[in-house]
Amino acid sequence: MDARILHEFRSIVGAPGLITDAEQLSTYECDGLTMFRVMPQAVLLPTSTEQVQAIVRVCHREKIPFVARGSGTGLSGGALPVPNGIVISLARMNHILEVDLPNQRVVVEPGVLNLNVTARVAPDGYFYAPDPSSQQVCSIGGNVAENSGGAHCLKYGFTTTHVLGMEVVMPDGSLVHLGGQTVDTPGYDLPGIFVGSEGTLGVATKVVLRIIKKPEVIQVLLAAFNSTNEAGAAVSGIIAAGMLPAAIEMMDNLAIQAAEAAVHANYPDCGGLLLVELDGPAAEVETLMEEVNDVCTKCGAWEIRLAQTDAERARVWTGRKAAFAAVGRIAPAYIVQDGVIPRTSLPHVMSEIDRMSSEVGLKVANVFHAGDGNLHPLVLYDSSIPGQDKAAEKLAGDILRLCIKVGGSITGEHGVGEEKKMFMAEMYAEPDLATMQLVRCAFDPENICNPDKVFPRPRLCGEKPGVYQPHPLELAGVAERF
Amino acid sequence: MTQTAWPELAEIVGQEYLRPATAADAIEGVMPQMVAEPGTAGALARALRWARDAGLKVAPRGHGTKLGWGNPPAGCDLVLSTARLKRVLEHAWADMTVIVEAGCTVGDLQNTLAQHGQRLAIDPSWPERATIGGILSTNDSGSLRVRYGSLRDLIIGITAALPDGTLAMSGGRVVKNVAGYDLMKLFTGALGTLGVIVQAIFRLHPLPRESRSLSFKGTPETLNQLMLAIQASKLTFTGLQLRAQPASAQLDVRFDGTAAGIEAQIKQVAQIAGATAPSEAAAGAWTSHQTIWEGAPLIAKFSVLPAQLAEVCASAERVAKARSLSWTVVAQAAGAGYLRLNGAEAGLRASLPNLADEVGKIGGTLVVLACPLALKRGFDVWGPTSDTQPVMVRIKQRFDPNGTLNPGRFLGGI
Repeated sequence: MDARILHEFRSIVGAPGLITDAEQLSTYECDGLTMFRVMPQAVLLPTSTEQVQAIVRVCHREKIPFVARGSGTGLSGGALPVPNGIVISLARMNHILEVDLPNQRVVVEPGVLNLNVTARVAPDGYFYAPDPSSQQVCSIGGNVAENSGGAHCLKYGFTTTHVLGMEVVMPDGSLVHLGGQTVDTPGYDLPGIFVGSEGTLGVATKVVLRIIKKPEVIQVLLAAFNSTNEAGAAVSGIIAAGMLPAAIEMMDNLAIQAAEAAVHANYPDCGGLLLVELDGPAAEVETLMEEVNDVCTKCGAWEIRLAQTDAERARVWTGRKAAFAAVGRIAPAYIVQDGVIPRTSLPHVMSEIDRMSSEVGLKVANVFHAGDGNLHPLVLYDSSIPGQDKAAEKLAGDILRLCIKVGGSITGEHGVGEEKKMFMAEMYAEPDLATMQLVRCAFDPENICNPDKVFPRPRLCGEKPGVYQPHPLELAGVAERF
Repeated sequence: MTQTAWPELAEIVGQEYLRPATAADAIEGVMPQMVAEPGTAGALARALRWARDAGLKVAPRGHGTKLGWGNPPAGCDLVLSTARLKRVLEHAWADMTVIVEAGCTVGDLQNTLAQHGQRLAIDPSWPERATIGGILSTNDSGSLRVRYGSLRDLIIGITAALPDGTLAMSGGRVVKNVAGYDLMKLFTGALGTLGVIVQAIFRLHPLPRESRSLSFKGTPETLNQLMLAIQASKLTFTGLQLRAQPASAQLDVRFDGTAAGIEAQIKQVAQIAGATAPSEAAAGAWTSHQTIWEGAPLIAKFSVLPAQLAEVCASAERVAKARSLSWTVVAQAAGAGYLRLNGAEAGLRASLPNLADEVGKIGGTLVVLACPLALKRGFDVWGPTSDTQPVMVRIKQRFDPNGTLNPGRFLGGI
């Protein structure tokens, strides 16, 4: 990178805020998805909104692409650096700025860790609802980018449900305030379009969050079935009975074995395990939990345990939360996918995964957010066996195609990022993608803000809609219009 | 102007579904020329594209219950009706989702969902007539929002017709979905200025087994405090609403669930309220946000912090008293509510800027939804724009570069 520009960056963030040393830079060459690695030209660590603006203004002027990064725990390569670009790390902007308990709002900088929001308001009986499994390390800014969820989405919603407003640095360096502290801000729902845009529309420098009161009681029921089909039937039964659990989790036998090997979860050794969490007023939860028990029994549960205290619940959840990491105990390597399917298609999808995995000789462990249809197939493989990594990749992709086929989605919480760009063209038709790109062009016409993510093909924002006019790059033979 | 004046459009929607507009079709004093009622999403998209190519201005319309919201249109040649797109396409009850056409009424949808014990957890105004596309475009809501959020929190998929004839889909049939941009949010509350919604997919909730509502009497100040105390408790109310007018105010609370759960919560809320004993809520308490519209008064929607609701009532009282107006406030605990003013036009005209000012000073927003037409013409109903106006204008320019849809009606004259 031009020394002049590095000098300018240094004057904005100070020497400690600028990383150019190759060894240090390598920390930032990937996020949680380690298979993709790109070295950035530099990493900047601003400590204020003004610094972020100044950095982005330089990028805009010099046409330098940039990628904002929180904790770098993302699983789709959303924070993967762009070649010849820089990384703007928000890790130093990690302060909780305002806590307004009567109005149940908290204002934070984007580098604040998810769980730290809850920790801050827990003594007063509140919590911040979106709880991805990485919540001890992931940042609010990252949550905003991915519209992160967690196990409690069906009842409590996603990040977008709990973000009222943001201060955002636009890709040209200007500052805007999307939404605010109040609901229903007049105009277009800009906070709504920004959350989940995977860092492609701007850099959030302040976020207004909604917190909610902890429920009176939380109980978890654990039920063992002979198969995931039977467990799935129990889920349908719970829904048919008009109940809305806070969380419903399902694990197949392979996932159970992994959890056992890792944390000795002491789950029943069964074909399909169900965890049902209810929360709310004590009298309400007690009544409904009896019904859940009945439904599970009717659907063939041969063992049922009820966890009522914090400690009991934590023990039950430990295995489920350890599932991904635990898989490392039963296989040298794995690919985790993040598809979503309509709940009712689970039996079909599971049997298809079974068939497809048998065909290629690989095993797939399954963890399923049965409440909202988010399926995490863990494709297990051994990269020391020739061809297995390719086979695993192909199987993971085929499972995603299956999710699309049954009317689901290619991602429930990890985002599209770099990893699933090409699948966007399978999930959405060209006009759908073109329409989303209209938003992209309204925010980032120069295509410097985390470019090349989410969409399979970049859009040339200078295009005039309507009658086709070749772009100068097309005339020059440099670019092609698809 | 006769039907045969636009033969291409007649061909797209069908001769019998294109008619000259009558006085009843006027929008805030602007008379369109024709009204078209296409029967399919494809025909609607083609009709919209035809209108764009012909340089016409288009107003999408469901059943028109909120057609007057926003500024008067800068022009309107064609009313594009969604009334014939009224089917519930698929109620996947076991997945708790529904796919519904934009012209379906809220009431018809709820009746269909109730057959499997479910509902769309929103209680907007005039459900027997209001359409799905209409409540989405205006972001209407009611008391249920304190528990279930507003429409942006319930919609999981959308299909909209753009002025260039594109039928664009975003989201999908599953509750959890982060693939691509959330266009559902962009279209919600957009007043039909970016595209015409033809279909929506929603996540559903179970119908409550039992329901009981209480009302507490007091002053706006004491009731605002009680409201905050209830919000800070572990009660899982599904409705928490402040109603106020000169010399009287009520706080309504609703509990849904099992009989045992409700019983326990009623005991708890009585403890929180202390000396103030509640009564059973009046039958019409939860449709108050709708009944205030009777009589064609001035209605403004405001949004402030929950702790500021009493302040809004005090402002209303002050401003109304000075101009000999009567006032009513119906607000949900989320901080959003309606303010109704009644009285002579001169008084309304004088009070509007004061009110907008006072709400703005405490960091809130105020939008005038309905008022005498003469007033609307001289007043910016949306209130001041902010630093987001340029990006909003750019979004509009990308989606509707010719300014075909509802020109001039939105924030900042978009």
